Amino acid sequence: MIQVLAFYLFAFLTILSGVWVILSRNPVHSVLWLILAFFNAAGLMVLVGAEFIAMLLVIVYVGAVAVLFLFVVMMLDIDFAELRAGFVKNFPLGIAVALVLVCELVLGMGAEKLGALHLGTPDGSAAPLVDKSNIQSIGALLYGKYLFLFESAGLILLVAMVGAIVLTHRERKDTRPQNISKQNQRRPDEATVNVKPEVGKGVRL
Amino acid sequence: MIGIEHYVTVSSILFVLGVLGIFLNRKNVIVILMAIELILLAVNINLVAFSAFLHDLTGQIFAMFVLTVAAGEAAIGLAILVIYFRGRGTIAVDDVNRMKG
Repeated sequence: MIQVLAFYLFAFLTILSGVWVILSRNPVHSVLWLILAFFNAAGLMVLVGAEFIAMLLVIVYVGAVAVLFLFVVMMLDIDFAELRAGFVKNFPLGIAVALVLVCELVLGMGAEKLGALHLGTPDGSAAPLVDKSNIQSIGALLYGKYLFLFESAGLILLVAMVGAIVLTHRERKDTRPQNISKQNQRRPDEATVNVKPEVGKGVRL
Repeated sequence: MIGIEHYVTVSSILFVLGVLGIFLNRKNVIVILMAIELILLAVNINLVAFSAFLHDLTGQIFAMFVLTVAAGEAAIGLAILVIYFRGRGTIAVDDVNRMKG
């Protein structure tokens, strides 16, 4: 009973925040609704026993992606009212496409219910381990059967990081950075001079 | 009791909301990127639900890879957005084809 209640609460809040993500006037509010959607989706995943993915969702999406969005929205000085100009004009087409998509999905689910589609059955090679937690089973799979895929995921993240840095990095002409090799080449005898100034004459540098 | 149909329904509604968001906010790239994140979230919910109800962890592993690609895509997309804004002072995507390198 409590599971059913929790499911409907999470599902309702996920969809509600999804609606507000696309309808908010202010993109900062959109990002905040997106964070709420991620949290509730994580709740949905906890309900079916996928705790690891749920926590990963909170850490990666809320902790990294949503904060990235928030930074960009706040950093750029954009007139968002002007960008909403085509909103009403696009509304009928958008609703039409959305309705068609919903009908297709409902038809797909109906076909599956009537037995026209056979989804296949798992072969058991990736079944959860007995008496082990979700994260232990996932770890056994990830570092066994899917090791190379896991490493290529790391490679994708590396490429994304390098790409983002290369894209946004810019050389600035007005800064005076440290020149390490020039510093290292300096010798004491050319860096300092020993002068004996006469009293009252001062020193020429 | 909550079955797979409930989860599939939630994720399909979320997916359609994401597609609708792309159509409604055609000029605002930031909201388009957020709509793409919504779509990927719907896909993740679907994968995790099927994985849990079929007792097969492949779906959860695949959801992790989707998460990886989503993070990379958001980073690269926002980086492109930042340099586009630096050059033009706006993020309206109607005239992106005039970017010329």
